[in-house]
Order: sequence, then C-alpha cells, then structure tokens
Amino acid sequence: MSLWKTLTLSLAASTALAGFVSADELNIVHGAVGRDQDVLRANLDRFEAETGHTVNIVSMPERTTDQFAQYKLWLAAQSADIDVYRLDVIWAPQLADHFIDLTEATADIIDQFVPAAVESQTVDGKLVALPMFLGAPALYYRADLLEKHGKPVPGTWEELTATAKEIMEAERAAGNSELWGYVYQGAAYEGLTCNAMEWIASYGGGQVVEPDGAISVNNEAAVEALTLAATWVGDIAPEGVLNYAEEDARGVFQSGNAVFMRNWNYAYALVTGEDSPIKDDVDVTTLPAGASGQGASILGGSHLGVARYSEHQDAAIELVRFLNDTESQRKRAIEASRPPTLSALYQDEEIGARQPFIPLWQPVIDNAIVRPSAPTKADYNEVSSEIWTAAHDVMSGEMEAGAAVARLNARLSRLKGAGW
Amino acid sequence: MFLAPMLIVLGAVALFPLGQTIWFGFTDASLNNIDAARFVGLRNYIEWLDYGNGQGEWLGLLADDRWWRAVRNTVWFAVVSVSFETLFGLIIALVLNAKFPGRAVVRTLVLVPWAIPTVVSAKMWGWMLHDQFGIINDMLIKLGLIATPIAWTASADTAMAAVMMVDIWKTTPFMALLILAGLQMIPDDIYEAARLDGINPVRVFRKVTLPLVMPALLVGVVFRGLDALRVFDIVYVLTPNTDATRTMSVYARENLFDYDKFAYGSAASTLLFLIVALITIGFIYLTRMDLEGKETD
Repeated sequence: MSLWKTLTLSLAASTALAGFVSADELNIVHGAVGRDQDVLRANLDRFEAETGHTVNIVSMPERTTDQFAQYKLWLAAQSADIDVYRLDVIWAPQLADHFIDLTEATADIIDQFVPAAVESQTVDGKLVALPMFLGAPALYYRADLLEKHGKPVPGTWEELTATAKEIMEAERAAGNSELWGYVYQGAAYEGLTCNAMEWIASYGGGQVVEPDGAISVNNEAAVEALTLAATWVGDIAPEGVLNYAEEDARGVFQSGNAVFMRNWNYAYALVTGEDSPIKDDVDVTTLPAGASGQGASILGGSHLGVARYSEHQDAAIELVRFLNDTESQRKRAIEASRPPTLSALYQDEEIGARQPFIPLWQPVIDNAIVRPSAPTKADYNEVSSEIWTAAHDVMSGEMEAGAAVARLNARLSRLKGAGW
Repeated sequence: MFLAPMLIVLGAVALFPLGQTIWFGFTDASLNNIDAARFVGLRNYIEWLDYGNGQGEWLGLLADDRWWRAVRNTVWFAVVSVSFETLFGLIIALVLNAKFPGRAVVRTLVLVPWAIPTVVSAKMWGWMLHDQFGIINDMLIKLGLIATPIAWTASADTAMAAVMMVDIWKTTPFMALLILAGLQMIPDDIYEAARLDGINPVRVFRKVTLPLVMPALLVGVVFRGLDALRVFDIVYVLTPNTDATRTMSVYARENLFDYDKFAYGSAASTLLFLIVALITIGFIYLTRMDLEGKETD
C-alpha cells in the first residue's frame, strides 16, 4: 500500500513539476484591423523567445458584432481551446462570469494604467480584463484639399457638411469625379451605434441610455442630429456608406477619394504609412461639435482577459501581462497607432515623435463617452441593435428622424421593462 | 432489424437536436444557463402583456413585426431565386444536352460556381459589388449604362436583388445538372418518331421534353426551395443586420447568439422548421395535382 502511495505521489509530483517547467501552448483570439495582427505576432515572438511557451493567433472577423457572437458560443460551451480573449471595451459587464479575476495577478502593476480604463473593466470589484489599448475616434481630413480651397478645419458638423460639399463639387468639376466629402461607419452594426451616439451627444441629446439606466433619446437634439446625418447619404457620402465598416471607409479615404473620414486611431498608422498614396496630405482633429458646442467621442479600445476554462491560466496571465508591458505597448502605439493604456507612455518621446497625435489624444480619451453596456447589462446587444437600426432607417430614408427616435424610445422602454 | 442502426443514427443527429430546439422554445433558456432552463409555456410565441389599467399589448414571436418581415423576405427570396434558377437551369441543360465538340469540358466548367463554398463566393461578390472599388459598377459605367456607382449591398432597394443575384449565379449549375440528368433519361426514339412525323421543335419541346423532364425538374425545385427557405450564409456575409434582407435563419441566429435570447431564438427556429415543412408539403401536394391534370390531357 505504501509503495502504491509513494508511486502515485511521485507521479503527481513529477507531473506538477513537468507542468511547471514545460512550455505551454496558448491560443489567443484576436479580432484585428489594420496592423494589429502584425504587431501582435511580433510581440508574441518575443514572448515565445523569453518564456518558451508557444502562442497561436486565432483570427476573427473585422466587425465586433460578429466576434461577440463567436466568443459567446465558445464561452457558453466552456471551451478550453482559447486561453486569452481580446475583448472590446464594452463587453466586460456581459462576459464577466466567464473570465478569471485578474486583480491579484496584476496588483503590482495596475497603478500604472489609466484609471478610467481599469474602471471600465472592473465589474463588481472583479478585474475582468487588463487594458490593452484605448481609442477615441478622430476626424481624418485632407489637409492639402482644405488648403487648396482655402477652408479651415471644420469645428462643427454643419461646417463639415458645407466644407465637404464645396470641396467635393469643386474637385469634381475639375475632373476628380470619384471624390466624396465624408465617409464613416454606416453599416447596420456596432460601429454605427458609435457614430450615431456621437452625433446625438454632440448635439446635447444625451447618451441614449444614461449611466443610471434612464432612457433619454426622445428629444429634439437627437432628432436634429440624425436629420443632419440623413442629408449626407448620397450627397457628401456615397450611398454605399450604409454598408461601410471601418475598413471600407478607410479604403475610400486612403485611395484619396474622400475629404473627411471618421475612424478609430488604428487608421492613422495606415493612412500615413509608407505605401499610402495620401501619406503627406492627412491630418487628424477631434470630431466636430454639434449645437451643444462640444464634440463627443465614443470610448473604444480592447482589453485582454483570461478565460475561466483555460487549462493554462498561469501562462495565460503571464502572456496578458507581457502584452501590456511598456515594451509591447510602445511597439503597438508606434506601429499600429493604438493609444496605450499605461499613463506614462503619453509622455513617451519616441511615441510622440512617431505618432504625434497620441500625446494630444489623452484629453479626448479622458472625456470619451462610454456606451451603455454597464447599465443595460445582458440587454446591451439588443439596445445597440435598436440604436443602429434607428440610425440606419433614418439615413436610408425609410423613416423620419422624429419617428425613428420615438420608436427607439418605445422599443428601449419595452426592453427595459421594470429595470435593466 | 436491419434498419435499427440507421434509425439510431438518424435519431441522434436529427431528431434529438430538433426535439431539443422545440423544447427550448417553450423555456426561458439563455446561453449562460442552458441547464437551468424552466418551462414557461407559450410565452415565447405569444403573450398578452397587461399594463394593469385595462390596456396591454401582444408580445412574442407571433406578434413580432420583425419576424414576419423576415418570413416575407425569405419567401420572396425563395420564390424569385428558385424561379430564375429553374428557368436558367433548364436553358443550360437543354444546351448541354445537345451534341457539340468540347461538351464534356463545358459541362465541367458550368459547375464551377456550385463548387465554390458559399461564404467564399458571397465575399467575392461582396467585393465585386462594392460601390467604390467594385468591378460591376466599373463595367456598367464604362458601358455607359449607369452614370454613378450603385451601392448594391447598401441600398435597401437593391440589397435583396444583390443577394438573389449571387444565389442565382451560384445555384443555377445545380439545377442545370439535375435537369440534364432528367433530359438524358428521355429515350431517343421518341424524338426520332417526332421528327419522322415532321412535328416542329417548339411543339416537341412542349409535348415531349417538358412533360418527361418534369419529375426531375420538380425534384430540383423542391431541393432548391428547401435550401432557399433556410438561406443564411449569403445574407449573413453580404448584408448582415439589415431589415431589407433579414431572413428567418438570420433572425433566429441573431436572437440565439447576439441577443442572448436563446429561448426566443429556439422558438424562431421551430417556427422556421414548421413553415419550411408546410410550404414543402403544400408544394408537393399542388404539383402532384397539376401533374395528374396534365396526364389526363
């Protein structure tokens, strides 16, 4: 009996030891746009060289709406296939149960992170994901065209509309027949929810669903904002914008066929990149203001969480820490133009020199609006779908803005019921 | 006895999931608590929500406008695309049935669209139909047919047409192949007799070819009809999330996974199954009557 015991014990000990020193194979799932994938691979190569683990990238579709559905399937099935998930900034409240609490594992470094980012990933005291990069959209514009036509950088949506139209018409008359005024994310998906919420908030129309859960969308300012947006389609924006996601908009802008573009920060590295035909002509500014006199930006960004079902949680935590350390974040900021989550990097000279907009973007990120995923919890996806449907119906001319806003209000109220 | 293994396999892969889906449709299941699902009766299908002041409203799938819009979209898609596929398939089959040099090569080439996975061809067409970079707009503009690019997949007016076009392009070869098989079953001596009697080709087609190929053609239509009523991938890749093209399957998936309304989505899947079954049975019943009508002619 005692021999048996010794054998089992030593077997267990050796397995444990082997598990400790042996290299794990990890899978990270990553919905990428722009240069995200290349930068991640480069960072992973360093990780592999330093630790001996191997990491595979499982790539995902571009639209976060599609990513979320797949993530949910894996998590509901308690799949051990994926160890580390790259999560959109808004998902923490809905997915918190499926991820381990990173509070303890990151206690020594968490103070270095931007506090708002950490807060957005903390659900009931649990740190669901470690902030990876932040984002607040920018208005990209063709500095050369503005200068040529003697136009200032637009400060309001009305100015943008007028400037875009004037430049577009002048350029088209001069033979540049494919030029459009403004491109953005107008397809029926999460990206349109961001755009629409920015229009409404910049007009002083609130955040559709306020942080306390109150539904605030049924107001004149929201109607005014959506009415203006509806005039763009087919006028200063191509009709195809109704099916554009991030990369479609960038495709048009980067080929030199748009004066203005609303996009996330990743696009900066690409439109100013070596192979971009307009690399010397682009500049960025904050999104225009509406009648409220202030512009509004939606908080974006992605964060890394370790699945509860992972069989290599220690290695996965190591990976998450590694991918968010100074070195990895600096590389990501410089090569993929993703604003970092470490506060100190906003003063980093190298980043400032290579991506001059990043230091300037800190106040924009600090003031960004958070989509209502925290107050609406499990209903958020449906809320978001109702928001983008309302905006899409107005833009495609199927509905007047007033009616769409009233319908949105009614549908959200029904969804809310007695409480979110 | 010999059937037992087959029945067991069929039960495991077809009946069990179907039964489970139907069951979930009567519960409050969500993705996170599938095991804890409780029976809630017909609430997912129809429910009267009383406001407590004498007023109220109907809720549930049967009272959901978006669901019925999806049903209409699906049926419209199925009718139009299967009609065109049958027509084009018949024409192609007739051509391929004739003897000409290189026939074997052409027969193989015709199958190419059918051999490409749907997601790939939908993505491919998505780029070809793109309003700014798409080759279709480029060609139409160069031919002078349109002045400005059309946003095929974005505009509510053309989105459904674009989806149908891709489906017709992809599936016509399948119909052509089925009909061609039917055509080759027709004995040559019937045509010979008709030729000796000096009957004109149009009449031969109407009185000989069409009735004899009809059974194969109808089988093809039923197959395609079934497929078209469940259409998912083309719509999902080309034009996701828009009211103009949302089909029953897309609607069910959206509720199952995106909205975390697993029970509601299961109810939608169950209704989808019922609707497809009813339409198919109805179609088989109607066409049989029709066939008999022709035979007594």
